[in-house]
Amino acid sequence: MTNHQHGSGDDVVIIGVGMTPVGEHWDTSIRELALQAIKMARGGLAALIPDAIYVANMLAPALSSQTQLGALISDFAGLRGVETLTIEAAGASGGSAIRQAFMALKSGLAKCVLVIGVEKVTDGVGTDVDSALATSTDADYEAIHGITPTSQAALLMRRYFYENDAPKDALAGFSITAHQNAITNPNAMFRQGMQPVQYLNAPMISAPLNMFDAAPLADGSAALLIARADAVPSGLSAPMVRIIASSLASTTLALHDRPDMLHMSALESSVQQALEMSDLRLEDLDLFELHDQYSILAALALEAAGFAPRGKGWELARNGEISQSGSIPISTFGGSKARGDTGGATGVYQVAEITRQLQGLAGENQVADARYGMAQCIGGVGSTAATHILARIEP
Amino acid sequence: MEISRHWRLAKQRYALVGEVCPNCEHKIFPPRDICPDCGEEAQDLYQFSGRGEVYSYTQVQQAPTGFEEYAPYTVALIKLEEGPMLTAQLTDMGKRPVSIGMPVEMVTRKLRSDGERGMLIYGYKFRPAIAS
Repeated sequence: MTNHQHGSGDDVVIIGVGMTPVGEHWDTSIRELALQAIKMARGGLAALIPDAIYVANMLAPALSSQTQLGALISDFAGLRGVETLTIEAAGASGGSAIRQAFMALKSGLAKCVLVIGVEKVTDGVGTDVDSALATSTDADYEAIHGITPTSQAALLMRRYFYENDAPKDALAGFSITAHQNAITNPNAMFRQGMQPVQYLNAPMISAPLNMFDAAPLADGSAALLIARADAVPSGLSAPMVRIIASSLASTTLALHDRPDMLHMSALESSVQQALEMSDLRLEDLDLFELHDQYSILAALALEAAGFAPRGKGWELARNGEISQSGSIPISTFGGSKARGDTGGATGVYQVAEITRQLQGLAGENQVADARYGMAQCIGGVGSTAATHILARIEP
Repeated sequence: MEISRHWRLAKQRYALVGEVCPNCEHKIFPPRDICPDCGEEAQDLYQFSGRGEVYSYTQVQQAPTGFEEYAPYTVALIKLEEGPMLTAQLTDMGKRPVSIGMPVEMVTRKLRSDGERGMLIYGYKFRPAIAS
C-alpha cells in the first residue's frame, strides 16, 4: 500500500466545506441556496479567489428555466469574472464537477477551484418534476413510453429478485440504516428513524419498489473549496483532506441497450480505476458513500464495487455490515434516502460528508478511525459513474 | 411541440424498423448506425417481427406530464425474438397478470397527447401474444 502521507505540490486537497440542510426551502431561490453553501466553504478564506467555479446541477433548465448557473451563482457570490460553467451528468453531476476540478488542479492551470452542487426541486410541482427527472432517460426510446427513473429502478429490482433468491424485504436494511444515521445529522430531511414493519407496510410507488425504496427529492446545496497543496493558505481552521483518486466512467444511456443490466459496468470500472489510482484495496476503505437514491441501486453499487458477489449485495444490509460500526459503513449521514436526494448536488454532499468523517468532525455520525473514504454518484440508473477516494492527512 | 422529432421516428415507432449489421448480422433496435457488437457501420434497414417476451415490468403510479390519463400503466422491458431489448408499455392486458417470460407482440397505440390542441403521438406498445 502506498504511503499517502508524503505529499507533493500537485496533491489535491479540500480546504473548505459547506452544506445546507436538505428540505423544502420554499423561501430560498437557487442562487440564495448556493450562496449559503459557498459562504460556509469559503469561511475564513474569503481572500482566496478561486481560478474556476464549477456548478453541478441537473434540473435548473427544466424546473427553474435557468441555464448559465455558473455565471449566475458566481456573480451572486461576489466572484464576478471568474471562469465558471455548469457540469451536468444527471445524478452524477456532483462527482463529475469534482472530477473536472481535480483535472484542472492536477494540470496546474488552476490553483484553487470552487465546486458547488445545487438543486432547487420545489420550484416545480407534480408531474413536471417527474418529467424533468425523466430527461435523464433516452427521450426518443424511453421517456416517450412514460418511463421515469423510479420505474427503471423498479424494473431492475423486479429482475434482481427474479434472478436471485432473496426474501421480499431483502433491501429493507438500506432504508433502515440510512434513516438510523440521519437521526443525528442536522442537515437531514428525515430525522425520526424507521422500523422494519414500516418497510413491510409501505405503499408501492412502482411495484415491487415501495415508498421506502426511494429517496425523497428536495432542495439543497453543498460546496467544496479545493486547492493544490502548493497553493494552500496558512491558518486553516479544520484539517485538510486529500483527494487521492478521481475517475468517471460511462455506459449506455438507455437501460434496454445494456447486455447485462444487473451488472453496473460504469460503476465497476470507475471503482477499479479509482482503486488503481490510489493504490488501495477495497479492504483499506473505511466508508463508502454510494448512490442510494433507490435501495436496489445501493445493492448493485456494492456488487459492482466488489464488496459483495453478484446477487448478494442485499446481504450486507441485513447483517449490519453497512452500519456505522460495520465492515463497510455507507450513507453515514443518511445518504440520499434520509438526508434527502438533491439530484445533481448529491455527489458534492457525499464528498463533503466524507471530508467531515476524515477530519474527525462527524460528531455522533463518526466512523471510528476513518482514514480512507470512497464516494460514488451515478447518473440515471448507472449510465455515468463518478468515483472519488479521499484520504485523511495525519497530523 | 417537437413535431419534426416525432415525424423523424415514424418508421421505428409505427413499424419497428431497426437495422442489421452487414458485417456480423447483429440485429439492432433502436437503430444506432454503428453495430454495438462489432463496431462496423450498420445502416441496412431491418423489419422486426414484433414478437418477444417480457424481461421485466413495473406499474407506474405517478406519471410524467402527458401520460396522466393512462396512469396507472405498466411499462416493461421487452426482449425481441431477434435479440434486442426495448422499453414499451404493455396494453390490452385485461385481467391477465403479467409475468417475466410472458410472450407478447407489438401493436400500435397512442403513446401520449399534448392537450386538446396538441399532437397525438402514436407508437408501439405490446400485448399478450395472440398468434402462436
